[in-house]
Amino acid sequence: MTDAALTTAMARSERDTVDRSPLARAFLYALLVAISFVMLYPLLWMIASSFKPDDEIFTSTSLIPSAPNFDTYRRGWNGLSVGFGQMFFNSLVVSVLVVIGNLLSCSMAAYAFTRLRFKGRNFWFALMLGTLMMPQHAVLVPQYVLFLKLGWVNTILPLVVPKFLAIDAFFIFLMVQFFRGIPRELDEAAVMDGCGPLRIFLKVILPLSTPVLATAAVFSFIWTWDDFFAPLIYLNDIQKYTAQLGLRTFVDATAQSDWGALFAMSTLTVLPVFILFILFQRLLIEGIATTGMKR
Amino acid sequence: MSTTAMTSPDARALRPALSRAADQLAGYGFLAPWLIGFFVLTLGPAVASFYLSLTDFSGLGGANWIGVENYVRIATDDERFRTAMNVTFTFVLLSVPLKLLFALAVAVALNKGLAGLSLFRAIFYLPSLVGGSVAIAVLWRQLFSGDGLINQALNALFGYEGPSWISNPSTSIYTLVLLAVWQFGSSMIIFLAGLRQIPKDMYEAASLDGAGPMRQFFKITLPLLTPVIFFNAVIITIDAFKAFTSAFIISDGTGGPIDSTLFYTLYLYQEAFANFRFGYASALAWVLVVIIAFFTAMSFVSARYWVHYDD
Repeated sequence: MTDAALTTAMARSERDTVDRSPLARAFLYALLVAISFVMLYPLLWMIASSFKPDDEIFTSTSLIPSAPNFDTYRRGWNGLSVGFGQMFFNSLVVSVLVVIGNLLSCSMAAYAFTRLRFKGRNFWFALMLGTLMMPQHAVLVPQYVLFLKLGWVNTILPLVVPKFLAIDAFFIFLMVQFFRGIPRELDEAAVMDGCGPLRIFLKVILPLSTPVLATAAVFSFIWTWDDFFAPLIYLNDIQKYTAQLGLRTFVDATAQSDWGALFAMSTLTVLPVFILFILFQRLLIEGIATTGMKR
Repeated sequence: MSTTAMTSPDARALRPALSRAADQLAGYGFLAPWLIGFFVLTLGPAVASFYLSLTDFSGLGGANWIGVENYVRIATDDERFRTAMNVTFTFVLLSVPLKLLFALAVAVALNKGLAGLSLFRAIFYLPSLVGGSVAIAVLWRQLFSGDGLINQALNALFGYEGPSWISNPSTSIYTLVLLAVWQFGSSMIIFLAGLRQIPKDMYEAASLDGAGPMRQFFKITLPLLTPVIFFNAVIITIDAFKAFTSAFIISDGTGGPIDSTLFYTLYLYQEAFANFRFGYASALAWVLVVIIAFFTAMSFVSARYWVHYDD
């Protein structure tokens, strides 16, 4: 769009807002398409390059490999002393356990904070909110020493057990927000029917909370799958590596000489996230929009 | 209500007492996992880490009390600490405003009632979902290397022979800033949700009064959006201080070239887990906590002057 056209559009907006001018609309579309293109190109190029031989990666900006081959995937898959299959399996085990831990422990805490009356509830709730802001670095060294003393270093326990202790306060917060929206009449009706707190939790609150549980589950999975720091610190044995750690080791091992294989494995490690994104896009975006969560 | 509870005044008095005890039991029962986690994994370690920061603990043997020596060294005699501060503050001060600006601009554009909103929203969100992973950091290494995609494109488009942006200490930090800005999507979604909250009739009224889109933006959209801008700014800033993976992968864990990507967290990691200076690393951690707390507190103080809450 030329400057003149832009000025006309602006002038017209005195009567009619710019939103309704077809020219401004076209301009906006062009701009958004251009931004989308720039944003997505690196990702698409990475996937395309995972099918390219090395010399083509460094000479072609094209998204279409001249002669697609899967050899990069074979080389990458077996590129380390332990196959990537093992590391994907390790990542899957850790991620699934973290999802279970987070759902169980955070929903219990959120239930206590929203539905149960006990002394000190507000005090603990304030402390929980305080931990939301606290950077994990402050507790890093003593946690490591603790897990070392317990003999848990070089096992997945330091990655998983804390999640069963509701360490991700963010999910508690998320669930508290949701539980508050469940009508109390439902609890009261259940009390009349003779239900105790445990039955109300299991039969009333949890079944009505599938949206927030699903959101927490998907985010837990993705964040754990992508986590690099905790596995880096706690896992030493390549047999126990997660896919992220394996990919990092592969970068060192190839000394950047086999970019095709490197991109092949990179593509595979983001694939589960892509799939979850496509399946649960609405859930993820609504989760972020309603709570302002980050990532 | 059970009939037995109604039979005598004694029983009636007993029942609330019983149920109060039951309430306590249920409350603490459900809170137990969090309580254990809080004491064992958060409060205990926080206290321990503060204690360790006053020692020369190295992981092996005992921790010798050395008072504030670690903090004195950080303040007066640690070249790499100053470098890490420089790198981190450069990163924070560049990436946070850019990310906010981009997220806001795109959200405002998307909020114009265009068709295909959900598609664009999904496209812009995707990078912030995958951007923290090792794979993307690996990709970034290639993109900004000497013969990487960016230089290929620059060469094809403008005939410009670019340097290796990653291995040049004066440009490497900007590749990390770009990687952070590329992940503007989640902030954008929060802005979009905030824009939805602004009543449409405010714009219609402003339009009737002859206010153009620019005026409407500065007089309606921006002021009403300040709480969301504030929220996003605080979260993005804290996130930026904690950035780690991208710098680690791009620099092979060194923070190089010549410490130009030595994020604070990376320096902390090296001190703790490469040099095993647990005491010193704990002191570094507390300095970071204080810096983040200071920034957050400053944001809340400044918020009084520019954030409008309509209540």
